[in-house]
Amino acid sequence: MKQVFGKTKVLSANPTHYCPGCDHGIVHRLIAETLEELEVADKAIGIAPVGCSVFAYDYFNIDFNQAAHGRAPAVATGIKRTRPDSIVFTYQGDGDLAAIGTAEIIHAANRGENITVVFINNGIYGMTGGQMAPTTLVGMKTQTSPYGRDAATMGSPIRVSEIIATLESPAYVTRVTVNTIANQMKAKKAIKNAFTLQKEKKGFSFVEVVCICPTNWGKKPTDAHKWLAENMLPVFPLGTFKDIHGIEKA
Amino acid sequence: MAKVLMKGNEALGEAAILAGCRYYFGYPITPQSELPAYLAKRLPQVDGVFVQAESEVSAINMVYGAASAGARVMTSSSSPGISLKQEGISYIAGAELPCLIVNVMRGGPGLGNINPSQSDYWQATRGGGHGDYRTLVMAPNSVQEMADFTLAAFEYADRFRNPVLMLSDGVLGQMMEPVVMPSPKDYDIDSKKWALGYTGKDKTARNLCTSIFMGQEELEEHNWSLYQKYQVITDFFKANKELAVEEYLCDDAEIILVGYGIISRILKTVVEKCRKRGIKAGLVRPKVLWPFPSEIISKLADKASKFLVVEMSYGQMVEDVKLAVEGKKPVYFFGRTGGAVPSDFEILNEVDKIVRPD
Ligand SMILES: Cc1ncc(C[n+]2csc(CCOP(=O)(O)OP(=O)(O)O)c2C)c(N)n1
Ligand code: SF4
Ligand SMILES: [Mg+2]
Repeated sequence: MKQVFGKTKVLSANPTHYCPGCDHGIVHRLIAETLEELEVADKAIGIAPVGCSVFAYDYFNIDFNQAAHGRAPAVATGIKRTRPDSIVFTYQGDGDLAAIGTAEIIHAANRGENITVVFINNGIYGMTGGQMAPTTLVGMKTQTSPYGRDAATMGSPIRVSEIIATLESPAYVTRVTVNTIANQMKAKKAIKNAFTLQKEKKGFSFVEVVCICPTNWGKKPTDAHKWLAENMLPVFPLGTFKDIHGIEKA
Repeated sequence: MAKVLMKGNEALGEAAILAGCRYYFGYPITPQSELPAYLAKRLPQVDGVFVQAESEVSAINMVYGAASAGARVMTSSSSPGISLKQEGISYIAGAELPCLIVNVMRGGPGLGNINPSQSDYWQATRGGGHGDYRTLVMAPNSVQEMADFTLAAFEYADRFRNPVLMLSDGVLGQMMEPVVMPSPKDYDIDSKKWALGYTGKDKTARNLCTSIFMGQEELEEHNWSLYQKYQVITDFFKANKELAVEEYLCDDAEIILVGYGIISRILKTVVEKCRKRGIKAGLVRPKVLWPFPSEIISKLADKASKFLVVEMSYGQMVEDVKLAVEGKKPVYFFGRTGGAVPSDFEILNEVDKIVRPD
């Protein structure tokens, strides 16, 4: 029988601790497949954040650093400056990247660090039990916005990709999602573009992935993916905001 | 090598390069600015990397990253900035990474002022950040030692896989003195086989840098191994007394003055003036503040009858001296803050009050 699909050897054999139906696992696979296809796994260094993906290092067979909450882009800067030929990426949630780590991501992007950032926007603090994130939709109920997010006092969802795209230095800024197989394939393409640019030393690449957190959204994974399409995507439109080398057309 | 006239901060910077340090990450703050200014010029000349970070928080995390990738790396700041670095220092200690952190102390609390001070002793020697960890703390007292201690600091950091903190102050950082630069050391990044990105043929498994140990047993085991390492560091300095302390005229001393850093230079003058007046004074100067040279001070407490600790704070190291003396003899204290550097005359007055109480 002809094998048409297999698990990449860049993923480890460890069972993940993610909730059933969580998108983290899908994005891990897309990254791992990309590292294998680009033949860079042996020189790849990942940086795990603080958040549900804190143990990401257990699921990849590559060198890994575990950073403090929000600081992954600074840690990546230190690693990449030391080992410019390695392939360095951070994997960060929305609390990590868009709240406590806002300064680190903006400035790493603005310096044009030759790294890749994969940003998991699930609109919530997953790990700590479902508190409001900077990306939580207006009206959405969370543990710390029990009456719904009130834009007047809690602000509105931050669109990080759009902000990063206003900077001169970043090479590639795009937003994808993984709610359908077709979208997973597009997300894979975006992640591959990002790592390809890094491999070619063409600068900072940023891939935002709009994801679900079925557990803290209180929804079944299938319902959550539907809810994402109807509610998250109008606020976080998919698309590419910056592509200075035209890699998507290449 | 010939003697050159240099500022303390610059001597430290040049010594870092001689030690093989090629990576500096920092954020501007007075009174340490000469150090990053010097390295911003020098590092590109030796294929090194200088990054002005967006904050001290980012700078220390860049250090964490670079150290995890095997670099000889440093950062520097002054008191308020060192407070911001504490979370990162805790991670670096937890992940057992070597690096140099320089604190050119200024007055606090809060924004305080930019004058020299010694009020970060507790923060430096008690960890500063969260968790059960220690940093090795060195306290130079001259421009020459700013250079020499820097070379030693990188060696200790690598040898013990531990962050080393250089506790300097605004006077030492900015004063000029003649200095003979130490000889350069070779540094090979591939000597650290545990480093991320190490690609040697002998690499059999992937490398991981982390400070998270979720299981209770796992973390207890990790903390125990850290504790044992701290014992090794302590024993090292016990066995190499000359690296840990300077003793001056202590053999027959009745009163022993204790001070570190710039204060110890003034105390030496005070001891000499005391001797001229017939007061048998001596000086103990810790060069390493953690591990504290308790044993040496404890032994001196069997002979001398009194101690006077002088600091540019309202009394921090004095607690370690009291712990070492164990109540065997009285321990007096004199301190000034806010940038006031006590004069030899003021301290002499204090000695007089203690030895001639009438
Ligand atoms: C300095 C610090 N503050 C707070 C926390 C607690 N904390 C752990 S995870 C987390 C939120 C993570 O949310 P996010 O980045 O959105 O990741 P997710 O779990 O949703 O994937 C917080 C606040 C911490 N570990 N460190
Ligand atoms: S809490 Fe949410 S983000 Fe975290 S693993 Fe569960 S579903 Fe995924
Ligand atoms: Mg989240």
